[in-house]
Amino acid sequence: MKEQLEAIQAEALEKVEQAKNPKELQEIRVTYLGKKGSLTKVLKGMGKLSKEERPVVGQIANVVRDAIAKALDDKSEMLEQIALEKQLESEAIDVTLPGRPVNVGGPHLLTSIVEEIEDLFIGMGYEVREGPEVETDYYNFEALNLPKNHPARDMQDTFYITNELLMRTHTSPVQARTMQEYKGEKPFKMICPGKVYRRDTDDATHSHQFTQIEGLYVDKNVRMSDLKGTLDKFAKKMFGEEREIRLRPSFFPFTEPSVEMDISCKVCQGAGCSVCKGTGWIEILGGGMVHPKVLSMAGYNPEVYSGFAFGMGPERIAMLKYGVNDIRGFYLNDKRFLKQYHKA
Amino acid sequence: MLVSYNWLKNYVDLEDMTPEELAEKITKSGIEVESVEYFAEKSDHVVVGYVASCEQHPNADKLNLCQVDVGDETLQIICGAPNIAQGQKVAVAKPGAKLPGNMKIKRVKLRGVESNGMICSLQELGMDEKYIPTDIAEGIFVFPEDAPVGDSVVPLLNLDDAILELDILANRADAMSMLGVAYEVAAILDKEVQFPDESLPVSDESAEDYISVEVEAADLNPYYGAFVIKDVEIKSSPLWMRNYLMAAGVRPINNVVDITNYVLMEYGQPLHAFDYDRFSSDKIVVRRADPGETMITLDNQERKLNEERLVITNGKEATALAGVMGGANTEVNNETKNVLLEAAYFNGGSIRKTVKATGLRSESSTRFEKGVDPNRVKKAGMRASHLLQKYANGTVLSGVAEFDELDKSEKIIVVNTEDINKRLGTDIATKEVASILSRLQFPYTQNKDTFTIQVPTRRGDITIFEDMLEEVARIYGYDKLPFTLPEGSNQAGGLTERQLLKRKIKQLMQSIGLSETLTYSLTNGGDIKRLISPEIVEQHPTPVALAMPMSEEHKYLRLSILPEMLRTLSYNIARNQSNLAYYEMGSVFISDEKEITKQPKEQLRLSGALTGKWLEQPWQQEKKEVDFYLVKGMVEKLFHYLEIPVRFEQARVKDMHPGRTAIVNIGAQKVGFIGQLHPGLAKELDLKETYVFDLNLEAIYGAYENILSFQDIPKYPSVARDIAFILDKEVLAGEVKQVIEEVGAPLVKHVQIFDVYQGENVPEGKKSIAYSLLYQDPNKTLKDNEVEESYEKIVEAVNSKFNAYVRS
Repeated sequence: MKEQLEAIQAEALEKVEQAKNPKELQEIRVTYLGKKGSLTKVLKGMGKLSKEERPVVGQIANVVRDAIAKALDDKSEMLEQIALEKQLESEAIDVTLPGRPVNVGGPHLLTSIVEEIEDLFIGMGYEVREGPEVETDYYNFEALNLPKNHPARDMQDTFYITNELLMRTHTSPVQARTMQEYKGEKPFKMICPGKVYRRDTDDATHSHQFTQIEGLYVDKNVRMSDLKGTLDKFAKKMFGEEREIRLRPSFFPFTEPSVEMDISCKVCQGAGCSVCKGTGWIEILGGGMVHPKVLSMAGYNPEVYSGFAFGMGPERIAMLKYGVNDIRGFYLNDKRFLKQYHKA
Repeated sequence: MLVSYNWLKNYVDLEDMTPEELAEKITKSGIEVESVEYFAEKSDHVVVGYVASCEQHPNADKLNLCQVDVGDETLQIICGAPNIAQGQKVAVAKPGAKLPGNMKIKRVKLRGVESNGMICSLQELGMDEKYIPTDIAEGIFVFPEDAPVGDSVVPLLNLDDAILELDILANRADAMSMLGVAYEVAAILDKEVQFPDESLPVSDESAEDYISVEVEAADLNPYYGAFVIKDVEIKSSPLWMRNYLMAAGVRPINNVVDITNYVLMEYGQPLHAFDYDRFSSDKIVVRRADPGETMITLDNQERKLNEERLVITNGKEATALAGVMGGANTEVNNETKNVLLEAAYFNGGSIRKTVKATGLRSESSTRFEKGVDPNRVKKAGMRASHLLQKYANGTVLSGVAEFDELDKSEKIIVVNTEDINKRLGTDIATKEVASILSRLQFPYTQNKDTFTIQVPTRRGDITIFEDMLEEVARIYGYDKLPFTLPEGSNQAGGLTERQLLKRKIKQLMQSIGLSETLTYSLTNGGDIKRLISPEIVEQHPTPVALAMPMSEEHKYLRLSILPEMLRTLSYNIARNQSNLAYYEMGSVFISDEKEITKQPKEQLRLSGALTGKWLEQPWQQEKKEVDFYLVKGMVEKLFHYLEIPVRFEQARVKDMHPGRTAIVNIGAQKVGFIGQLHPGLAKELDLKETYVFDLNLEAIYGAYENILSFQDIPKYPSVARDIAFILDKEVLAGEVKQVIEEVGAPLVKHVQIFDVYQGENVPEGKKSIAYSLLYQDPNKTLKDNEVEESYEKIVEAVNSKFNAYVRS
């Protein structure tokens, strides 16, 4: 009987070896291991064996069954593997064909610039303040030391709605409103971005609507050197650590002393070129120490408090940083223009 | 202000400093030098020549054959200028000379006769046509008789001069004169100022014998001085003066006019010369004009006057519009013998009004407007008299007839070193402060580290401590200020909740495929009425208009962002960019007043506009045009993201497709609309099918803040059930959904439509809509009978309300 079992094993393994697909394997399984299979048949005849022979043959029979079962499993796995590989091969696609488009939009370049500047000053402890675009004459001019009939306040430059209402010409009224809100008591740092309007004819360098960001710091013992240090930090972060700044005296009715800030020209490194009109410097922003009249009108005692203020135009910064050469481009919203600056 | 470098050298020792170096120093100290330009290109080998003879060219009518002595030789030169004549001294470009425009002078033959050089006009020497005196514009330039033959013309004609263009801001009126610039440069370079000669000889007669001054409007004219110069000889002014005037951008006329202009430029004090005899009165009366009074000004225009105009009269009629323009009837001309010279101080505000009303802005009026130095008015008159005596051979009568109520006192400002350093963040020594004040030529007295400063009246801009602080800082040098950071306030900076939310919404818009635009807030009369959201229309807003717009295109403050966005779409489509998906955030301006008296309400809105293809992948034949449900999906995404429940209600909105528009509601509040742009309007704008949305962002912020809370993730399993109803075709899917939600609450957490079907197996006039319901109890596992009960209730409610039945 032992020989018989070994013969069955040899025959079964031989067939498994030759099987070509899962169906054949299944047949082999039925043929040898099934209820009516040859191995089962042999085992059924075990009753005829002696008590001593039975465990021995039983053990052999188990070994044979396990061997066949394992061979069948192995072969089955192998065939599945082959089948899978075959299937995967048939599923191959042309990976060089273009992908399905996913639509993603982007911010306007001026938003990117404004947010970059906001974040930069937030990092230095500034809050962001906003205010109305239609302003009163008082907040736009008078509270900023520009009384009626002041020469620096030309009606022609301002879009008036009534004698008292106008489109704000700068975001400075937000500064005046903030100072009033803090009632002349609280030191603060703020920046105010927003849209402003001037009575200009639109051309490559003028726009009747544009963007401005102003900053204001009011506290006890604010020094002009603090303004210089702050603007230097801003310029280096915004334009690159290698940039130098230069302050020049200037004039604004709401600051005294007043400054204009230049940064060294990136193109020529200060040697002078067409971008900087040969001077080596490019004008970026204006600022100064808050005029005592502006402080006192807003309720801050200029004997106790001092402050600095500055203002800049994101359009100009974008023009310098990204080489935009026509201010109207910001407001035409040409898809190609917008798209190219989504990464800005 | 144009500053001639050579002219400036008369007042300040500029040593060997180049014009560029000087410009850099001036700019750094406070007055921006916008450009440095050379007056005329330097011409080599151009010398003064004496025309020894001048005959007609043998072969040409219009040419002259001249023998010109140029010092070391005599050159035969052919010249075509009409004004050439024997005996003149002229500018001769010798062979080998290089003239501006890269013209090289060679020996040539003209009509068979040799010509060894060229006799030049000022234009040919590179001077700007507009500054050349009209009487010599047509021909060659003729030097005065004393010009040395053979000498280079470069210094004689000031051709080596450099012109610095100064950008004078409103506060520095003092720098609108050569003397003012001299003070500035002297302070910067630590030099002395050389003052011009104002000396006058004593005369037998006095000005007061000839003229008296009466001022009836002292508020507008606190000082009026009248000088009398007799027996002047009208001729050309000296060459150097003409050179300087041309360099300063003033065209020379004759000696009297040139001298008043020269002193205007030198002192910054406008002067006016009347022909004394034509003035025909021994009395000057300055007064406000009468209503309806007229006068003819120098430019031969009749001017209508009123009480706001100040006039100089001879007691009877107006002879000058004060500070702005003289009258034609008293103008100095070639016959003038006696000159009446006005040196006056006119109120800047009054001059500004006159300039605005007449449009007559001039070098003079600009200086009056900004304010002249009270202590330099009379001196300027003396300086001009001095020059008239010298260069017009006039006799200056002694004294001046004047009216004088002018405040000429100096402001006193006290500063001390500690205050200066505290405010600047510097460590400037008291000694250095003293030195800076001296350089500025501000007289002061010093007590330890305290300075009591007498501010010269030429610096009318300096009135308070901070003004003086700036003076000290700028002369000390802004570049020497240290870099420090604020040491006070330690507030934490940051964005407010709303500012953060605004940024998040922008990012969301971008992540769902919309790009941000930025359009103008000012729009035109047509667009102001378009695409206004229903909840704004209900407020009956008055469009807010500018009083003086620059154009009709930008006249009204927008009530909707959409019209300008649609313009953006049209602009792009015209440039073959046809697939567009944009959003914009910005304010609209809502006023409920009939007549605007207060600020309109500024409401922040979020708008979108889409057209063209949303999806396109040609090789898979996939193509999807923008449609209503895409835009709705975007808006829904925004509300889902913010977890604000929102309801869309079919509606008709002006300018929108009547069947494809919905109002967006949060609870009972309308917050905007979405839908397809009316095809009629789309066609007008050259747009194809276009979809828009427009939402009140402030209402959304408010709703967000109300519901901003977070819940635990549910612990118990949910149960899903589907129902399909057969409904009348007209029934709106959203209304059925609303009933399901209402009846199913609180167990029904979510209702989704997953199938809409019409056709086979559905009766005519009916449709099938399938809803997927999600049941959940946050506190326990749901039982089958609970779900069953709710389900039955929903079916019953929908069936009875909509005449529906469940599709089996």
